[in-house]
Amino acid sequence: MSDTNIFAVVLAGGSGNRMGNIERPKQFLEIGGKPIIIHSIEKFVVHDEFEAVIVLTPKPWTSHTRDLIEKYIPGPMQGKLAVTEGGVTRNETVMNAIKYIEGNYGLDEETVIVTHDSVRPFVSNRMIEENIRYAKLYGACDTVVPATDTIVESADGTVIDSIPERKTLYQGQTPQSFNAVKLRNIYNALTEEEKQTLTDACKIMTMKGEKVYMVQGDTANIKITYPVDLKLAEALIGGI
Amino acid sequence: MLNKVYQLIRPRQFEVVYKDISFAKDNIIVHPEYLSICNADQRYYQGLRSESVLRDKLPMALIHEAIGRVVYDPGGEFAPGCRVVMIPNTPMEKDPIVAENYLRSSRFRASGFDGFMQEYVSMAPDRLIPLPEDMNPCTAAFTEIVSVCCHTITRFCRMAHDRRRRIAVWGDGNVGYLTSLLLHYLLPETEICVIGINEYKLNEFSFADRVYLSDTLPEGFSFDHAFECVGGGGASKAINQAIDHIEPEGTIAIMGVSEDPAPINTRMVLEKGLRIFGSSRSGREDFLKLLETYREYPDMLNYLEKIVGAVIEVRNVADAKQAFETDIHKVMGKTIMVWQQ
Repeated sequence: MSDTNIFAVVLAGGSGNRMGNIERPKQFLEIGGKPIIIHSIEKFVVHDEFEAVIVLTPKPWTSHTRDLIEKYIPGPMQGKLAVTEGGVTRNETVMNAIKYIEGNYGLDEETVIVTHDSVRPFVSNRMIEENIRYAKLYGACDTVVPATDTIVESADGTVIDSIPERKTLYQGQTPQSFNAVKLRNIYNALTEEEKQTLTDACKIMTMKGEKVYMVQGDTANIKITYPVDLKLAEALIGGI
Repeated sequence: MLNKVYQLIRPRQFEVVYKDISFAKDNIIVHPEYLSICNADQRYYQGLRSESVLRDKLPMALIHEAIGRVVYDPGGEFAPGCRVVMIPNTPMEKDPIVAENYLRSSRFRASGFDGFMQEYVSMAPDRLIPLPEDMNPCTAAFTEIVSVCCHTITRFCRMAHDRRRRIAVWGDGNVGYLTSLLLHYLLPETEICVIGINEYKLNEFSFADRVYLSDTLPEGFSFDHAFECVGGGGASKAINQAIDHIEPEGTIAIMGVSEDPAPINTRMVLEKGLRIFGSSRSGREDFLKLLETYREYPDMLNYLEKIVGAVIEVRNVADAKQAFETDIHKVMGKTIMVWQQ
């Protein structure tokens, strides 16, 4: 499908410094005999609603990422993929993606981006479909699961200030999806101070009172962050 | 690509596992959309198969009746997004005599290997047949079971003698309904009689020429040929009743699945010179013939829509369990899972 004006944005900008002594960024580590980033890309590239899948990596890894795509992704699908450089922060990376879309495919008021962590290879087709649907309908959506752990709040890191009611808490996953122009406009209007407080792209919207719809995630949609996550991921794909 | 597979690991317990699915050169990747529950799935789900069978086959994804959309076709035969019906029988060889569904080497989804309770399925191109976009997807979901009935009727027409004034169908369940419906359209000159044990179910067979309760068959009731669609513990009684009432040299098609051997009156089979044949599953040719039949008799689809029962959205294991439990308690009809994975 071409000219759908819907783009997948695979965020592979992380340097993986939480993965102990492992040198390469975690998205390039293998599970089930294949790099994690490839597993993630595959879930988006088979989705025919995407006009293109944009992969953003740290600059030193762009050529390596292109090589992996050439090795693992079938030829007919490669034309739908583009690799470009990420930014310093997560949100700068998202902005780079929007800029890349504008320069290469065109951007208008209807353009939707579905952003996804490259280290969440267990994303499902259903989550992707619902992200597209709700980003079109509401302008922004986030994939979440209800919190299972009790979350405590502490300003000084020593004593608990409060314990929010768990039933109102959710854990954010990805995809996170947006009307691209709306997201960019709001982000560009933020002060530098406000930008410093952002930990997440959806916060750009909520800070300015924009509604972000919640899409049901899945506890299996794990983010491979720590060495134990790699072991868990290997266990999940050990089905017979 | 990491693929989410719902496997039955033991009776009444599904578990999600992930398996890598490759973009193989020869295979097409399909995203299943509408799945239909069959009694064969229920026998696994409820643990009604023998211990040894369950031990051998589980864990395994259930469901062999489903439709989906093509997401990737390296050969370019199917456009992305094309709606297809998936053929569960998977032949490993070709034989000039034996049909693909009877080859002992053939594999069958949700019996020998994972069925369609998956996020994506990788299949050979000849295991997929495009469906008309305007076909009701809930009806299309159970094309496979109708193709099995179609297969039996095709074989019946090849084997049975040409006197076909009246045919009796034993069974007031789904297979009885679908078989007698197909007979009604494919053999319009033949009187179709349906024999069952539930009056309220028989009332659904409005297209049949006559319906009878099995314990109140009229005096002197006879017919040229019969189809047994009962299975289970009732198969033996149904087959023997058919043997008692059938005209000499008639043919009886057995379609009901029984876990235990069913004793039959062989003396009378010999005396009447009867022909009894069994049928199971179906192949590509049967699917093609059925879809052609749908085109020729579009009214038939209306009768199929009538037996769509519960339509349940399945997003997780709890929903899948709910769909199977609902199906157990249905009176009649097909339970459809709208597969949201």
